[in-house]
Amino acid sequence: MVNAWTVASMVAVVAGVVGFFTVLRGSAFAAHAIPNGSFAGAAGASLIGVSTLFGLGVFSLGGALTIGLLGRRGRHDVATALALVMMLALGALFLSFSVEYASEVYSLLFGEVLGISPNDLAPTAILGTLCILAIAVLYRPLMLSSVLPEVGEARGISSFRMEMLFLAVLALATTMTVPVVGTLLIFSLMIGAPAAARSFTDRPLLAMGLSVAVALLIVWIAIAASYETNYPVGFFVGTASAISYTIGRLWTAVRSRRTAQPSHI
Amino acid sequence: MSNFLSPIFASGFFESEAVHIALAVGALVAIVTGVVGVFTVIRGQSFAGEAFGDLGTTGGAGAYLVGVGTLWGFVIGNLVAAGAMEAIGVQRARGRDLATGIVLGAGIGLAALFLYLYTSEHSTTGATVTILFGSVFAISGATIPLILLLSAVVLAITLTLYRPLLLSSVSAEMASARGIPVRLVGALHLVALALAAALAAITIGTILSTALLVGPAASALRLTRRPLTALLTAAGIGIGAMWLGVVLAYDSYYWPPHGTVWPVSFFVVTLVFITYLLSGIPEARRRRRTDRAPSASPAAQPATPS
Amino acid sequence: MSGDVLALQGVSVRLSGRTILDRVSFEIAPGEFTGLIGPNGAGKTTLFRVILGLQATSAGRVLVEGLEHGPRHRLIGYVPQKFLLDPDVPLRARDLVGLGIDAHRLGMPVPSRTRRALVEEMLHAVDAERFADTRVGQLSGGEQQRILIAHALIARPRLLLLDEPLANLDLGGAQEVVALLARVAREQQVAVLISAHEINPLLPVMDRIVYLAAGRAVSGTTEEVVRADVLSELYGRHVDVLDVHGRVLIVAGAGEDTDLTGHEGAFPGAGIPG
Repeated sequence: MVNAWTVASMVAVVAGVVGFFTVLRGSAFAAHAIPNGSFAGAAGASLIGVSTLFGLGVFSLGGALTIGLLGRRGRHDVATALALVMMLALGALFLSFSVEYASEVYSLLFGEVLGISPNDLAPTAILGTLCILAIAVLYRPLMLSSVLPEVGEARGISSFRMEMLFLAVLALATTMTVPVVGTLLIFSLMIGAPAAARSFTDRPLLAMGLSVAVALLIVWIAIAASYETNYPVGFFVGTASAISYTIGRLWTAVRSRRTAQPSHI
Repeated sequence: MSNFLSPIFASGFFESEAVHIALAVGALVAIVTGVVGVFTVIRGQSFAGEAFGDLGTTGGAGAYLVGVGTLWGFVIGNLVAAGAMEAIGVQRARGRDLATGIVLGAGIGLAALFLYLYTSEHSTTGATVTILFGSVFAISGATIPLILLLSAVVLAITLTLYRPLLLSSVSAEMASARGIPVRLVGALHLVALALAAALAAITIGTILSTALLVGPAASALRLTRRPLTALLTAAGIGIGAMWLGVVLAYDSYYWPPHGTVWPVSFFVVTLVFITYLLSGIPEARRRRRTDRAPSASPAAQPATPS
Repeated sequence: MSGDVLALQGVSVRLSGRTILDRVSFEIAPGEFTGLIGPNGAGKTTLFRVILGLQATSAGRVLVEGLEHGPRHRLIGYVPQKFLLDPDVPLRARDLVGLGIDAHRLGMPVPSRTRRALVEEMLHAVDAERFADTRVGQLSGGEQQRILIAHALIARPRLLLLDEPLANLDLGGAQEVVALLARVAREQQVAVLISAHEINPLLPVMDRIVYLAAGRAVSGTTEEVVRADVLSELYGRHVDVLDVHGRVLIVAGAGEDTDLTGHEGAFPGAGIPG
C-alpha cells in the first residue's frame, strides 16, 4: 500500500511538471497519441514476458519520434489517425493471446494503482527523476521556444530540436505514468492540473509548482477514494481533473471581469 | 466445392449462424459508415471519431450497468457527444483541444466506474473488451431490428441531404448563398455520424470505430474525385474489410495460439489501414510521371517571400 | 570596413530557380540606425533570415563583427513581425524580459539582485514598468512589441533587428515606436536595422537606408538613395520621388518589367504618406 502512495506521488510530480509544458506548447495531440502507441507496447511486452515498462518505453519513444518527424503534417493526417487506431488494435491482438485478457485490458487502459509491486518502484523513480532533470536542464530554451519560437530560432534555439527533446521527455513521462493512471486517463491528469494551475498565478515557476501540487492533490484524493470505495482510481482521476480544470476556468473568468482594463499603446 | 474452399474458409464457416449475422451486419455497417464517412472526411471532421470513441465507451458501459442493450448505450453516448460538439463548435482551437480532452477524460473515468460496477456485480469480465474492441460475432438476433432501424435513419438523413450536404461541405458560403441552412445541415450530419459511430462500435468497438468511419472514406477520396463514386468505393472497401476480417478471424481459431480467435476488429482495422496506404499509390505514380515531364514555361510567377 | 557591426558582401539567395536576393552589399557601423525599405515581396524577410543565419546564401558572405562564423546569436537581437502570445500563458512581461538574459543557456534561471536590476532597467528603458506584472498574452500588440524589444536588448546585442514593426500601426503609433527605438538604441549603443515598406516614419532618425527592390539593394544616406535616378535604376522602371511638405512619396510608373511581382503603379505603403 505504501508502494501505491509512493509511486502515485512520483507520477503526480512528473505529470505536473511535464504537463506544464504540454499545456504551454499545446501538445494535446502528442499527449493523446503517445499513450495509444504505448498501449501496443505494453500489451506486446506482457505477451513475450518482458517488463511492461520496457514495452511502454520502447513504443512511447518510437511514437514520439514519429510524431516529431512528421511535424505539423501528422496532426491532421488521416494516415496518422489510422496508424494510432492500428496501434490500439495491435494491442488488443496481443492481449487476446493472454489468459488474463480482460483484466489486463482494463488495467492498461484505466490504470492499476493498488497492484503496484515493489519491483516497479525503482524503475519508476529512475524514469521520473530523468524526466524532472531533463525539464530542469531544458527549462530556459524550452520556455522561449515554446512561447516565441521565432525569437528562439534567432537565438540559435532550434524549434525542431526542442520539439524532439520535449516529445522524448513526454514519452518517458508516459512510460512511467501509464501503469498507474492508464493510457486513457494520463491525458486528463497531464492537462487538468497545469490548466488549473495557470489560472491562479502569472509566474511561470509558481505555475509549475502549483501544477505539481494540484496533480498530487488529484492523485491522493483518487487513491484515498479508491481505497475507501473500491471504485477504480481512473474514475476519480478523470473526475478530479475535470473539476480542477473547471475551477481554473471559472477563476479566470472571475478575475478577468474584475480587472478589465482599457489597453494602452 | 467445399474441398476447394476449405483452405480459405475454415470448417463450419458457412454453416455458422454467428457468421451469417456477422457478414450481414458487417456489410450493412460498412455501407452506412462508408457513406457518412465520405462527408465527414470532406468536411474535415475526422477527429470527431475520437469524441465518439470515448463517450461511446461511457454510454456502452452505462448500458451494461443499467441492463439495456449496448447499442442503445452507444447511441445515447454518441448523441450526447454530438450535442456537446455542436454546442462547443466543431472547429479546433488550442483552448478547445484542452477542454475537449478534459471532458472526454471525465467520460472515460465514468466508463471505468461503470465497467467496474458491472463486473463486480456480475462477476463476468468480458464487458471491457466487448465495448472497446467490439464483437461482431456476438451480436444477438435481438439487436438486429435496432441495427436496421439506425442504418435506415442514417442512410435516410445522408441520402436525402445529399446535395445540400455536399455543397455545404465543400463551400459553406456558396451553400448559404443558395439558401441552404448550413448550420442545420451540419447538425444533422453530426447526428448521422453519431449513429453511424454507434453501429461501428458494436462491430469493431468504440475506440477502434474511427477506422471504419474515416478509413474507407479517406481511401475512396484518394482514388476518385466524384462524390457518388466515392460513396460506392467507400462502402465497397468497408464491406471488403469487414468480410475478409470475418473470414480471417474465423480461420484464426486454427492459427497459433490454438483455441482462441484473433479479434475481428484487429483484422478490420489492419485491412482498412493497408487499403489506405495502397490508395496513395495511384496519386504517387501520377505525380512521378508529371515530375519527369519537361517543365512548361520558364519563370512563372509563384508567391514571393518578403 | 573593420569595426562594422554587420557587413553583407555580395549576398545572393536563389530558391527554386528564383533569385530572391541579388548581390546585396552594405555595412552597418556601430550604433547606426538603418532602415531596410522596400515593397512587400522585395526580399526583406529573406534578408533578415540570412543575417540571422537561418537561410543559406547561394553566394556572398555575412560578417557579424567582422566574423563570418562567430557567435552570431549572441550579437544580434531579433523582434519578429508576427507572434502569438496566448492570454492564458503564465508568463509576466517581466518574466519574458528576464528570459532574454540567458534563454540560450541550459538550466533554470537563478533569481538574483543583479537579474532583477537588469530587468527593471530594461523595463524602464522601454517604458513598460506599468504593465510589467501583467501576463504577456493579455497586453496590447504595441505593449507586447515593447516587451519583445526589451527582451532582445537585455542580452546586450550589438545589432537589433526588427521585422516590420510599424506594419500594423497608425502614424502616431509608428512615430512613438520609432522614437522609442532611436532613444533606446542611443542609450544602449546598439545598431538598429528595421525593415519597413513605409519610409516616412523613419526619415527623422535614419542614419542610413538600404533600399531593397526585386532582390537588389542600394545603400547610403537618405539623400544619396531616395532619388528618382537611383530608384529608377533599382526598380528597372521609371520611378518618381516627390516631396510633399517634407514627406516623401515614391511613385513607380506602369511598366512591363516582371521582376517586381505584380506591382503596377504606386507600390503599396509608399503612396500614402499618412
